Amino acid sequence: MLEIKNLKKIFKSGDEEIIAVNNLSFAVPEGQFLTVTGRSGSGKSTLLYQLGLLDVPTSGEVIIDGVDVVGLSEKERTGLRLNDLGYIFQDYAILPSLSALENTMLPLLMQGFDTKKAQAKARKALERVGLLDREGNLPSELSGGQQQRVSIARAIVHDPKIIFADEPTANLDSETSEQVMKVFLELNKEGQTIVMVTHETDYAQMAHRTIAMADGNIMSDTLNKGHHGNHKND
Amino acid sequence: MTDNKLKIENSFSQNVSVGWFLAKRDIKHANIWTTTLIVFVMTLTFLNLIVVSGILVGLIQGSEDAQKKYAIGDIVISSFLNRTAIEQTPKVEAIVKTIPGYKDHTVRYSGSARVESNYRETINPGEKRDGVGGMLLGIDPIQEEKFSGVSKFILRGSYLESTDQDSILIGKNLLYEFTPIEAPGFQTLKNITIGQRVKITVGKTSKEYFIKGILSSKVDEFDTSVVALSSEVRKLTGRTDLDAGTIAIQLLPGTDPAFAKDFLLQSGVGEYARVQMAAEAFPKFLTDVKVTFGILGNVISGIGLVVASITIFIVIFVNAITRRRYIGILKGIGINKKAILYSYMYQAFIYASLGIFFGMLLIFLLIKPYFAANPIDFPFSDGILVATIPTSFLRAGILLVTTVIAGYIPARIVIKQNTLSAILGR
Repeated sequence: MLEIKNLKKIFKSGDEEIIAVNNLSFAVPEGQFLTVTGRSGSGKSTLLYQLGLLDVPTSGEVIIDGVDVVGLSEKERTGLRLNDLGYIFQDYAILPSLSALENTMLPLLMQGFDTKKAQAKARKALERVGLLDREGNLPSELSGGQQQRVSIARAIVHDPKIIFADEPTANLDSETSEQVMKVFLELNKEGQTIVMVTHETDYAQMAHRTIAMADGNIMSDTLNKGHHGNHKND
Repeated sequence: MTDNKLKIENSFSQNVSVGWFLAKRDIKHANIWTTTLIVFVMTLTFLNLIVVSGILVGLIQGSEDAQKKYAIGDIVISSFLNRTAIEQTPKVEAIVKTIPGYKDHTVRYSGSARVESNYRETINPGEKRDGVGGMLLGIDPIQEEKFSGVSKFILRGSYLESTDQDSILIGKNLLYEFTPIEAPGFQTLKNITIGQRVKITVGKTSKEYFIKGILSSKVDEFDTSVVALSSEVRKLTGRTDLDAGTIAIQLLPGTDPAFAKDFLLQSGVGEYARVQMAAEAFPKFLTDVKVTFGILGNVISGIGLVVASITIFIVIFVNAITRRRYIGILKGIGINKKAILYSYMYQAFIYASLGIFFGMLLIFLLIKPYFAANPIDFPFSDGILVATIPTSFLRAGILLVTTVIAGYIPARIVIKQNTLSAILGR
């Protein structure tokens, strides 16, 4: 479903070249919960941005459902992000002027859903993350954990093929982090493909598979025993 | 993927509706004072667009309105340029009364006269008498009063009566007291009082008159004239017939002056005199000044538009820059760039619309009625505010378009930036 071949990302700083992602190749089967770990600067977030079409790699291929998406136009990439991908950012990245419900329904409106249908679907998504009772609240009226759950609701509301999460628990306390991880595991149990970047080993091991990175290279790629999720290749 | 590729083309209506959705929420949750300030600036800009040029044009419009109301009416019949009077005036007057939509008319006799005040005093050789040249206007006091209500312009003294064969009214522009100009060749009468005798000379005919009143109307027809009974003017000018200088005609409201003019011409009046609608009879300098003031007003309005554009540009630019990360997030989750762009254009549109709305209320409910009731007292006219609904809507449209463009440019600059860089704030 998601595959990368010889993916490379080089940043230039003056005459210096920094290889953030070094010729990586791997595949993520449908329904897999993959975590990418590594120290700060290891290239894990850069890898996620390439996979999630938020950035363009220097070379290599990113293949989604058999199509290399690297060469697509900005407009086509935006369309793919809207329809097939979901994003969860470290600092929630929900819009401050929109309520929880409005934040969640935004991708649906862009897809062309009318307001009523978008609201109905958004409410279901909020219900899944346990926030239906806060649908009218602005982000400023929600706790960090609640905001992250709104972010998850927004990421899943349009039934994306893959969810990308960039350190979703980094700003949360342990209790709230566990609630968020619980939501991810439940989603994965229902067959949702998830790629999550984290530096927290405990949470990384909750997934099917963990890739450890250092200096843009894959140091290890392991299947986790006793993972809580489920996918078709189990 | 194939299905997805088909789905990625967001329609115009989706971009428009998402843009509107975002704009509404942004404005709703914006700081109330910031919004109030922006709308206030837009209101002032709109007022500047309408009121400045409206008052400039209104100065002349006030003068034209006064000319029309008190001097020339809706239609004016005057002698041919190579004649001294309207031929067959009684016949023409009879035709005038048959115009469909006729309301009233006045017949005026005219000539040029010299007025002297110190003619009884002995003066030294080489010394000039205190005199002034002016227009001599002969009226029927009752008819003229009914037509123009001229008595309300009496500044001092009193209005003429039908029996006042030895009295005149004198326009203030002929008097030094009201026109204290001491330019070479320009003369005015000094030390004039009500009841004082003056000598009026037309050609070789002279007669003494008492000054019964001083006229101040801001209409040249009266302010630069010596007004006497028609019979006196005929005597002074040596006219033995009833042929007059002008016939001013008022029409009932709703009557088309062009139709009335055609009626008169078709009735044969054109054989005896010139027939003009008010707009054709206004002095050319008034029309020229009006055009000049209009241009001046447009220049000032143009500057106002530039200021409004810069204001909106800054507001939207600051707004977009401070929300650059959120723009990146919107793009990141698949919101089309156009939808984001539209949201900023909508915001500019809403700010401008609110400004225009409040501006319209102020103009049509407050400023225009105020100026109508309290015209600005200029030396040559009572200035009013000229602001019509169609012109106001046209200028509102110009302001809206300018504002939306001013909102579009900064939003586009910010939205064009790299999505990831915007999200990461770098």
